[in-house]
Amino acid sequence: MVEKQDILLVGVGGQGTILASDILGEVALQMGLDVKKTDTLGMAQRGGSVTSHLRIGEKVWAPLISLAEADIIVAFEKLEAVRWAHFIKPQGLVIINDLAIPPLSISLGTHQYPGDEEILGIFKQRTNKIHLVSGSKHAGDIGDVRTLNIFMLGLLSTALPFHIDNQLWEKSIAAFIPKKIVDLNMRAFNTGREVAESVNI
Amino acid sequence: MGKVKKLLSGNEAIALGAYHSGIAVATAYPGTPSTEILENLAQFKDIYAEWSTNEKVAMEVGLGASYAGVRTIVSMKHVGLNVAADPFLAAATTGIHGGLVVVSADDPGIHSSQGEQDNRYYAKLARVPIVEPADSQEAYEFMGIAFALSEQYDTPVLFRVTTRVAHSKSVVELDESLIRPQHKKSFYHNVEKYVMLPVHARIRVPHMHRRMAELVEYAETTQLNKIIDGRSKLGIISSGVSYQYAREVFPEAHFLKLGMDYPLPPRMLHIFASRVDKLFVVEELDPFLEENIKELGIQVEGKKFISRVGELNKTIVQHAAEKAGLIIKPDQPADIGAIHNLPGRPPLLCPGCPHSGAFFVLSTMGQRAKILDASGKSQGESKLIITGDIGCYTLATYPPLRAMDTTACMGASIGQAIGLEKAGVSSKVVAVIGDSTFMHSGVTGVIDAIYNAAKIAIVILDNGTTAMTGHQDHPGSGVSAQGVVTKAVDIEQLVRGAGVNDVKVVNAFDIKSIRAALKSSLDSEEVSVVIVRGKCAVRNKARKNSRQVDTQKCNDCGVCLKIGCPAIYREDGKIVINASTCMGDQCGICEQLCPKQAIGISRDSN
Repeated sequence: MVEKQDILLVGVGGQGTILASDILGEVALQMGLDVKKTDTLGMAQRGGSVTSHLRIGEKVWAPLISLAEADIIVAFEKLEAVRWAHFIKPQGLVIINDLAIPPLSISLGTHQYPGDEEILGIFKQRTNKIHLVSGSKHAGDIGDVRTLNIFMLGLLSTALPFHIDNQLWEKSIAAFIPKKIVDLNMRAFNTGREVAESVNI
Repeated sequence: MGKVKKLLSGNEAIALGAYHSGIAVATAYPGTPSTEILENLAQFKDIYAEWSTNEKVAMEVGLGASYAGVRTIVSMKHVGLNVAADPFLAAATTGIHGGLVVVSADDPGIHSSQGEQDNRYYAKLARVPIVEPADSQEAYEFMGIAFALSEQYDTPVLFRVTTRVAHSKSVVELDESLIRPQHKKSFYHNVEKYVMLPVHARIRVPHMHRRMAELVEYAETTQLNKIIDGRSKLGIISSGVSYQYAREVFPEAHFLKLGMDYPLPPRMLHIFASRVDKLFVVEELDPFLEENIKELGIQVEGKKFISRVGELNKTIVQHAAEKAGLIIKPDQPADIGAIHNLPGRPPLLCPGCPHSGAFFVLSTMGQRAKILDASGKSQGESKLIITGDIGCYTLATYPPLRAMDTTACMGASIGQAIGLEKAGVSSKVVAVIGDSTFMHSGVTGVIDAIYNAAKIAIVILDNGTTAMTGHQDHPGSGVSAQGVVTKAVDIEQLVRGAGVNDVKVVNAFDIKSIRAALKSSLDSEEVSVVIVRGKCAVRNKARKNSRQVDTQKCNDCGVCLKIGCPAIYREDGKIVINASTCMGDQCGICEQLCPKQAIGISRDSN
């Protein structure tokens, strides 16, 4: 019996949030698990809030994760993390990329971007398992900030309560990513796994 | 080859289900959340798939194909069926020859629509059956059942999905070795069936009622409807995605899961009712099932506790069940609140969007900037009224542009502008409409303006694509859904042919030309059309020479921020341009507007 996993991936349009959840969904399918996945984009073309609900288990009914029931939240951007904070279950795992993408309302001066303390404080009411990781910096060091999504997937991979073969990850990543950048993305994935170990996710 | 499992969206599963059912023709107009059905079908080269001019035409093409004896699928979003209602009801009257399945993708929660409506009522109005899947596996399997049902009862079938089913991915087991059934193409002269003169329609209408009675019998035995026994004395009736939430909230209950929402199976419902103490209906939007069950004399509750508004989820169903006394409130962690006044990310026009320049110019005319404030309401009347339409450009409603006063439905901008002018408003009136929307239903508005001598200006934003739904081709692009180069309908010739003498075509990235053209059009005493032409930024790969702000020259006047370009923002008190998202030479609008000439090509840009 595999323990149910509700994973919420959130970010800003263009960060590859949905691609990351597509890959994880494929991995779960290949493991013979039931999978439901739903993405919310609204009318956003670029730069809007993006949310992907991914539910994995022996049998999954609803496609949407419920309030206070997400086992894991992976946020590609800090403001988006806090927007979905009420979805985390007590003692759920929160992985946040240390990146701020200020929306236009902040440039126009009508809103303030929340500070790190404020963001972490919100989550601390429910869980201690919060990790603020310099994902964009690592991705940049690897050679392309656009590998952030696969780096984050690497982090997440170490936190799942079932063993997933490394070859299955590689196969699933290759199925969704253009051939010439698969190696680069596998580096991002493996760096994510190493960083996860060093910060004890 | 044999059975395989795939993770498919509802729309992908619908497309594959239709293909495996042997369809020969597929038609659609793009609209969220239905678009991907035709996009997927268009990839099969052994069928014919088209983006139709609008949903009405899609339905008519579909009806013609069905008359030829081939299986046909027509897909659209919920409001698309409003456009296609006339031929849809005509199809219900004449009946079909080859199976005809009409997919209506409803949008509870208004993720990307101008309103919320429950299209199940259309089936009752048209006297046709509804098939509704609850996940991708059912979307795939039910499609084959829907085609057989259509042919067996000589009726179009309304295949109803909602955003959450259309856009969610779930596991589908399918048989890749399946051989598609073939249908003979044949049309037979049969005026009583196909020519709806009153004398023939009077024969068909009683036939529709007989058909409905037969469909009730079908509903009693079809595999689309099933009873799932539980342990408690509570009976839940549900369909579509609502069923999935209900299964989580009521793990002990008996379920009547309807895959056919209309007509209902009376005997099955009575048997189900006799097994339980209480019946509860879980459905999204209107009480369609509930009303029809009550009509059969069966006591049920549902909408007394579940909102008619918006999309359901497990929490909403759970709260409703608590209020109805069906479950005990489960333990829930304390609310953690949220940061007060969290900044949103409203969708914006993209960096380098060809609509930005025209809207910036419009926003500066008729004292709009002075009179209209950020609240979106004003007691003062601006001297320029902008009637809007449906597309990415509706986003120009938001600050800082605030350059839209109305948006109702596809193509309405031109008719509304005529109405405002004929009502005698003192302000000038301009209608703004995109190219795909213009083709869809703007053309008849232009003809009306010419015929009735309306003193309005019409701005057609021509970006060469149907951008908002993901860049589908349309009659103006001259490329078919299956990638065949056909003939592009020329907007300029079209409006000239309708009788517009004053037609100007301007470059979407040339602010001076746009301003001059708009000014002259607004001063014109006759119908005037300005076509603002520029390539959609998302499709434009030729990004070069991103712009940069020279901080020495910049006096922080903020004019560039008023374009609403997401690449321009304030960071640490200074205005900066994001070099990786700026479209550079492809746009240059901010550079043209900067009063201090502080914006130019970035020295380190590539």
